[in-house]
Amino acid sequence: MSEAAACPACIGLPEAPLEKAAANGSAQIMLSLPGIHCVACINGVERALCAMDGVASARVNLSMKRVTVGTHQPVTPEAMIDTLELAGYEARLLDRSLLGNETDAYGRGLMTRLAVSGFANMNIMLLSVAVWSGAVGATMHMFHWITACIAIPALIYAAQPFFANGWRGLKVGKVNMDVPISLAILLASGISLYETLYGGAHSYFDAAVTLTFFLLIGRYLDHRSRKAAASAAAQLSALEAPRVMRLAGDTREMVDFAALAIGDLVQVLPGGRIPVDGTVTEGQSQLDRALLTGESRPATAQVGTKVTAGEVNMTGPLIIRADTVGADTTLRKMVTMVDEAEAVRNKYTAAADRAAAVYAPVVHLMAVAAFAGWMLYSGDFRLSLNIAVAVLIITCPCAMGLAVPAVSTTAAGRLFRAGLLVKDGTALERLAEVDTVVFDKTGTLTMPSAARETLDPQTQAVALALTQNATHPISQAIAASLDGVTAAKITDQQEHPGKGISAIYQGQDVRLGAGHWLGAGRGTYVQIGDNRPQKITLRAALREGAQALVHSWQELGLSVHLVSGDDPAETAAIAQQLGISSWQAEAQPKDKIAYIAKLADAGAHVLMVGDGLNDTGALAAAHASVSPASAADASRAASDIVLLNDSLTPLIELPAVARAAKARIVENFTISTIYNVIAVPVALAGFATPLIASIAMSASSITVLLNALRLRGRL
Amino acid sequence: MNVLVFLIPVSLILGGLGLAAFLWTLRSNQYDDLDGDAWRILSDDDTPPPSR
Repeated sequence: MSEAAACPACIGLPEAPLEKAAANGSAQIMLSLPGIHCVACINGVERALCAMDGVASARVNLSMKRVTVGTHQPVTPEAMIDTLELAGYEARLLDRSLLGNETDAYGRGLMTRLAVSGFANMNIMLLSVAVWSGAVGATMHMFHWITACIAIPALIYAAQPFFANGWRGLKVGKVNMDVPISLAILLASGISLYETLYGGAHSYFDAAVTLTFFLLIGRYLDHRSRKAAASAAAQLSALEAPRVMRLAGDTREMVDFAALAIGDLVQVLPGGRIPVDGTVTEGQSQLDRALLTGESRPATAQVGTKVTAGEVNMTGPLIIRADTVGADTTLRKMVTMVDEAEAVRNKYTAAADRAAAVYAPVVHLMAVAAFAGWMLYSGDFRLSLNIAVAVLIITCPCAMGLAVPAVSTTAAGRLFRAGLLVKDGTALERLAEVDTVVFDKTGTLTMPSAARETLDPQTQAVALALTQNATHPISQAIAASLDGVTAAKITDQQEHPGKGISAIYQGQDVRLGAGHWLGAGRGTYVQIGDNRPQKITLRAALREGAQALVHSWQELGLSVHLVSGDDPAETAAIAQQLGISSWQAEAQPKDKIAYIAKLADAGAHVLMVGDGLNDTGALAAAHASVSPASAADASRAASDIVLLNDSLTPLIELPAVARAAKARIVENFTISTIYNVIAVPVALAGFATPLIASIAMSASSITVLLNALRLRGRL
Repeated sequence: MNVLVFLIPVSLILGGLGLAAFLWTLRSNQYDDLDGDAWRILSDDDTPPPSR
């Protein structure tokens, strides 16, 4: 896990840089567009944004699925998101300051070195082929000299990453993969230079340059998948960071979360997330505690109510006195829990590291043995060194260096196109081992939704009119469930914090809101004039694709569990609907961790799918984890894979891709081993001419790359 | 043999030109959005990206 992970405290981070830029009059705003996929989307998004007042430019980056918008007068990101939503595109705000510098100097450097080594490789090969096919005498010597002139500067420049990394390893007394690589390159060029100077028959410059070229490809692919993972992490932490508004006397100011002290008054507007543990001192509202507890019904908050960081304020503005700050908040305690859980998972070593640990010493031993053996047998120093170099070049982990990055880049690219961000390099390997899935319910498998069947058409129209512009999650759920209904014409719409919404419709009062406000029972009601209030049944509807997902994963042989903080009746209903037989309701965060630990103790590799803050610990404790982009910041940070779309469908192929990726990695190791098994005896026997060394090396690398590309097609 | 005196420098120079051209494209951000550019070339009303 990166150190960016698991920082629920980021919930309180202000968007100061964005505001500063907006104040200057020229700001750049970045939006994430998880749904875009083609040229129509690019044009649609850019046209919709450019038509807005104040927008100077809009440029979509399809590879990153985001748009950068330049403005010449302040335009709020919310307005842009609304505009895009009307145009039919899902959009989320990204905090530019957290994304950091977009230009990737290291990657660009690698690419330049790759170009230089490729250029040198082509020209040297041209000359080498001439030598191999029979150039002798003066021609051969001239060709050797020319290759030396091209190869040495090219190697000095292009092989730097290996020298630097190998030296770094040696300095701390560790032999990493770059040590044999550097040694092979240095020895091969040294020997070749010596041979060239003294008119020998063999030069290994072509092998040294080819080696560098292929290894740089591997290094670049590796860097790209790492960068994608890092930028995924940054993109996730940059998704919608809310603000902290502190009240000091009559002035309101946006402050850094860390600057809050005990006793500070914080204002939280409807729709905002509560940043501290505290007590309500003013206002009345309803709270959505689903993120923390999984409880899907809203709780009432009034003066004196204790509130916890992470809850969402739904109806009215609240002023909260901070009771605990810093390390004592529930949120921070959750972080500690996550850290502990993550420490366990961090012990996982990637397949490449395990292979390198075994491989690097073997390579050295083999080369040393070849040198010693031939020295004893022939007593010819030059011949023995030549053979040792040939062994070193042939065994050099060129294909090995490509085996993992080529596969993980292809797999991560495939998943990204489907709408999944892979955040951790070892995630796919861990996912391939998963045999048990634990789902959270609220927010993961279900989304709040209101049943329309219970209302008559006129009431439906009124309810839609009342709710369509409201920000309250329940209102949004009602409006969403009335999709397709024509809204009634209403006037004088008013919001009553903590109660509901009222308006005038055809001369009579219409009201929608909490039961106690309308003189009815528990729940949400809508009333027209003096008629009896009608209940709007709010029930959790399955997220799109949930049924198919659970079904196909069960068919794959995964055992599926459901653990929810919600009440037993609700949980049982959903479990039954999805055909999940093992479920647990009313689970606290620590219960979820315990549930996963119990499964893990029984030998299962658990995949956790969840979204709430209450799932964060469980997400970190599980062998692998997935969360939707709508999840709490901390949950997204703690999970390996993030689902960008609202639909769960892209997850269906996840286990298959992960397993195929792991299979490809194993195959790649096998391929490079087979090449070594064939080529090493040839080299040890002294028959490996530079030609054979180059061919063996290139062939194994190319096979490995092609094998990785198979992941793009059907699995 | 005489041919080689021309051939080798010519191949090196042409290759070098290709290398230089590649490095120029690399430095002018032409690899930032490969997927997007592949689509944009098909669109009639494409505008050049805003300079950084």
